[in-house]
Amino acid sequence: MSEAEVGIKIINLNITYGGHKELGGNKRIIALKNINLDIPGNKLTAIIGPSGCGKSTLLKTLNRLLETRDNVGIEGKVYIGGEDIYHAERRVPELREKVGLVDQKPYPLPASIYGNVAYGPRIHRNLKGEELDDIVESCLKRVHLWKEVKDRLNQPAAGLSIGQQQRLCLARALAVEPEVILCDEVTSALDPVSSEKVEDLLMSLKKNYTVVMVSHVLRQAKRLADYVVFLYLGEVIETGDAEKFFSEPSHELSRKYIKGVMAGV
Amino acid sequence: MKLRYLEERMFKILIGISVSLVTVPLLIIIGTVLLKGGKVLVDNPGVLITPPGSRYLITGEGGFLHAVLGSLYLVIPATLIASLMGFGIALFLQSDYTSQRISGSIRTCLDVLWGTPSIVYGVFVLTILIFINQRGCLLAGISALTLLELPIITRYADEAIRAVPKELKDACYSIGTTRYEASKVVGRYALPGIIAGVLIGMGRGIGDAASVIFTSGVSSVMPGGLFDSVTAMPILIFQQASSCYPTVRGHAYAAAFTLILIVGILNFLSRFLVRKLSKYVPGGK
Repeated sequence: MSEAEVGIKIINLNITYGGHKELGGNKRIIALKNINLDIPGNKLTAIIGPSGCGKSTLLKTLNRLLETRDNVGIEGKVYIGGEDIYHAERRVPELREKVGLVDQKPYPLPASIYGNVAYGPRIHRNLKGEELDDIVESCLKRVHLWKEVKDRLNQPAAGLSIGQQQRLCLARALAVEPEVILCDEVTSALDPVSSEKVEDLLMSLKKNYTVVMVSHVLRQAKRLADYVVFLYLGEVIETGDAEKFFSEPSHELSRKYIKGVMAGV
Repeated sequence: MKLRYLEERMFKILIGISVSLVTVPLLIIIGTVLLKGGKVLVDNPGVLITPPGSRYLITGEGGFLHAVLGSLYLVIPATLIASLMGFGIALFLQSDYTSQRISGSIRTCLDVLWGTPSIVYGVFVLTILIFINQRGCLLAGISALTLLELPIITRYADEAIRAVPKELKDACYSIGTTRYEASKVVGRYALPGIIAGVLIGMGRGIGDAASVIFTSGVSSVMPGGLFDSVTAMPILIFQQASSCYPTVRGHAYAAAFTLILIVGILNFLSRFLVRKLSKYVPGGK
């Protein structure tokens, strides 16, 4: 991949957790070891690997959400769009405005459906009135939720079904107008129909956004991804174009994982 | 009968005994206060809104408006201050502001303070009063009650905020909120729990005599400014109930009735408020 195609560049990233009593006193646990990674821009990259290999951890370093956890050590550099996101002068809310995250389970804010989508534009761009209404409408339309909720925009978001809530959370992330969208197993809590809708949405998003998704459903990664990062026990084992990775993986571990013969898959 | 069924039966009986041991005296107390106090108030509703006469505690002339107002003047500012500070401290104790090791020790301190007898707070504030050469006054009473209520409200708010799903906070941060903005969302989510804590703290404050008696003095005139001495309902009830004049003793029931009524009204108001404010919180209605 040429420099221009790189959307996110990770250099020598090391993540450690530790200090908790239940994790064995002061011993630190290495979650990610020496990650060097280029993630292509305006494409959909899937991070795959067995449970506990550090997929979500890697994803959450990209919007610096990891550092809100207690006792996490982060070393290394991450560049998004050529900019060092761990630079001391970088304002974290501004970074997160550019790098949106949608989590595994939808958590609507304690507000109305409208309020959930409007929250981001309100705090970042101080929008009001019609302008805000337009953004809410267009974002809800993009996630194919508008028809279902247009008559009850002022009702609590918690009253929606899980599938609708997940699409609402996507709309909420889109409303901020990010450049990068991070998805952490966004379909794992959804029924097949809703997951299909969300998958379609992700497919349409990758034209305009750099999408990085964590998935432990291999078939899903195969369907959606352009580029694949395979993690195992906190290390990058293999990266490459999705097609090539799934048809002829170069590493023994990737081969085993794809065949589903690895323990704990 | 099989042993396990016998066990089940015994356990049920034990639960029944414990419940009645608590509820029966409670019902007797509330019933007596309502009946006797209610009777005084029905016969002479003026006691509630009349300032005390100059020899109130002997003849029962006038009413006990001074103590009703005194209690409200003491408890409402104290609860407001303690709630604001408690909410702040509770936020500080969360993982996004401080390490869990530090907040663990602060929580222990707060739990100890929670169990501290209120007279200790009274004496503490009294010491300061003596040091600055000031007589007992409303302001000192408010300070003592604030100290008394603070650990209670803080711990309740802390637990309520801790119970907010971590993912909700993550969702806020992922949109790009500042910590303050995220705290506002979290606070709204935790509001029912926080209000419960505020009510319990206030209940403790309004019923407390020991911290007030040392700091606000005992006054039998209407409350004046922040630097004048005031009295509170529990102190008044003590004075009335230990009086040798039956009229004044009767007033003790009326005062107790009023105290219960005030707590009841404040309780109702805040529940109403919570319902309004937590319309969007799952399970908040």
